[in-house]
Amino acid sequence: MMKIAIGALIIHKVRSLLTILGIVIGVAAVILLVSIGNGLTSIVNEQFEELGTDLIFVMPGKIKFGDAAGREGGPPGTSNNKLTPRTGIEIQKRIPSIIATVPVATTFASVSYKGEDRVTPILGTTSNYAIIRKSPTSFGTFFDASADNGAKKVAIMGQTVLDDLSITHDPTGEKIKIAGQTFRIAGVLEAKGSALGNDQDDLIIIPMSTYERTFDVDKVNYMYVKTSDPEHLASTVTAIKDVLLKTHLKAEDFSVVDPKELLNTASTILGSITAALGGIAAISLVVGGIGIANIMLVSVTERTKEIGLRKAVGATYRHILSQFLAEAIFLSLTGGLVGVLIGTGLSLLLRQFVNTDITWWSIGISFGVSLLVGVTSGMGPAIKAARKDPIDALRYE
Amino acid sequence: MLIATDNISKSYTVGGSSIDVLNDISLTIDKGEFVAIMGQSGSGKSTLMYILGLLISPTSGTYLLNGDDVSTLPGDTRAHLRNGKIGFVFQSFHLLPGVSVIDNVKLPLLYSKQNGPSEQAYAKELLEKVGLSDRLHHKPNQLSGGQQQRVAIARALINKPDVLFADEPTGNLDSKTGAEIMDIFDTLNKEGKTIIMVTHEKSIARHAKRIIHIQDGRVV
Repeated sequence: MMKIAIGALIIHKVRSLLTILGIVIGVAAVILLVSIGNGLTSIVNEQFEELGTDLIFVMPGKIKFGDAAGREGGPPGTSNNKLTPRTGIEIQKRIPSIIATVPVATTFASVSYKGEDRVTPILGTTSNYAIIRKSPTSFGTFFDASADNGAKKVAIMGQTVLDDLSITHDPTGEKIKIAGQTFRIAGVLEAKGSALGNDQDDLIIIPMSTYERTFDVDKVNYMYVKTSDPEHLASTVTAIKDVLLKTHLKAEDFSVVDPKELLNTASTILGSITAALGGIAAISLVVGGIGIANIMLVSVTERTKEIGLRKAVGATYRHILSQFLAEAIFLSLTGGLVGVLIGTGLSLLLRQFVNTDITWWSIGISFGVSLLVGVTSGMGPAIKAARKDPIDALRYE
Repeated sequence: MLIATDNISKSYTVGGSSIDVLNDISLTIDKGEFVAIMGQSGSGKSTLMYILGLLISPTSGTYLLNGDDVSTLPGDTRAHLRNGKIGFVFQSFHLLPGVSVIDNVKLPLLYSKQNGPSEQAYAKELLEKVGLSDRLHHKPNQLSGGQQQRVAIARALINKPDVLFADEPTGNLDSKTGAEIMDIFDTLNKEGKTIIMVTHEKSIARHAKRIIHIQDGRVV
């Protein structure tokens, strides 16, 4: 039956190709857009996985999640920010399950090395940062607690900064000027690459105490809090809030965020985006199906005589039904197959620019839907063909 | 007796009123006969052929084919009988465009699920018989009208039918080509094939051994 169907379709090559194109575009679009959506989601998931499940964020200002997501109050670093490194010390002192608090403050400063000048993001933090953010060094070592305590002028360089300053050798032990003051390069971070368009290697890390003196600020942009009890993050979050309120902060001055909560919010948003992208693409699949139904109706009318002749020589209702259904299914399956190839091909090509993640379910669903579209759009015309009276069909001019 | 009809009638309902196309047709046709059904346009001769050819069922009356009552069979049963026992040759050939001559001839085999090497050989034999053994893989649009009708005859014979129906088989052909086609029918009849032909041309009807005249839906 498939052989007859293919034969009939080859007679109208251009028409068949154009009909297939509708399905090709639909299937390819579903796979491509879903792979982009999933790529975004997996990047976000990786970022959170790297942070681990035993971390809690403390940030200035009130951040809301859920329906009205967004930040109330001022951005970090403004006068509303009342978080200082001392806040972290208070938290660690009062809650036994807290292993470490790591304040992070960021700013931009001019950096010069052997006549090369650059403006570079400077990050002030404590030695525990290396453990929490998993920041191994390619040269030298991350500074230790003594650098924190002694406000030593040591700097850990990101790879991008080295590149910008044309440093190709191991610079450990050499001098560099940051905001006019001389620092000793203690180490170079292993390159992490960029995530979501953000270069993670474009920074210089210095001890928090040194940062406070150099830039004359005592505010932190955010704080990591590491707990030994990841099973009870929610109660730890409540305990941290209590400590902050007791240390004369107001409820709207800060946010204590469980990363799971952040991840859930991000996943929900990205999931909706992926579904919306897939849904929009699925519309073109439906349009493709309408194209098949349309062309099959034309074909049935055009081939009235053929149907009459086939019936005259002994074709039954089922013979004619299955012939036209086979044509519709062949069109949609071919379209589905080509669509899968083009969709995955484009996703792989696009991988050079954005992270795409091809999922088997999107291939399966779009292929299945294209088959379903073929059956449903072909059924009407096929029934119309099978019901034709052989005499009327033979007499049709 | 191959065909026997007893008072078969056919009427159509058009716009609420009933139109009688055939009235009380009783006739018998024996195996091996060559019968022409003659009549004017609108006389009902084609309708009679469609009933005898099991394309449609009579409104009333009895039709026995090979002694079996086939008057009121469901569509699919009639399709199976058409496939195995009846061959059709139409005025406008009705070949499938874009399909080779040999595959056109083998089309009825598709619906009887017999398509082996012996059927392939028989299709070639039939095409040789109608003088087209050098055209097996041509497409219908590469053939003349007479050649197309020869393909149609070969197709009608592929399942070795009991009876061959021809509906104005020379109607679309010039007289010389028409005569060649009629020669083929004469030969087939001589070999014992039962042929029932519908025509309005006396010169064509003359090839038949018996002529049944139809006028206003009745045998006259």
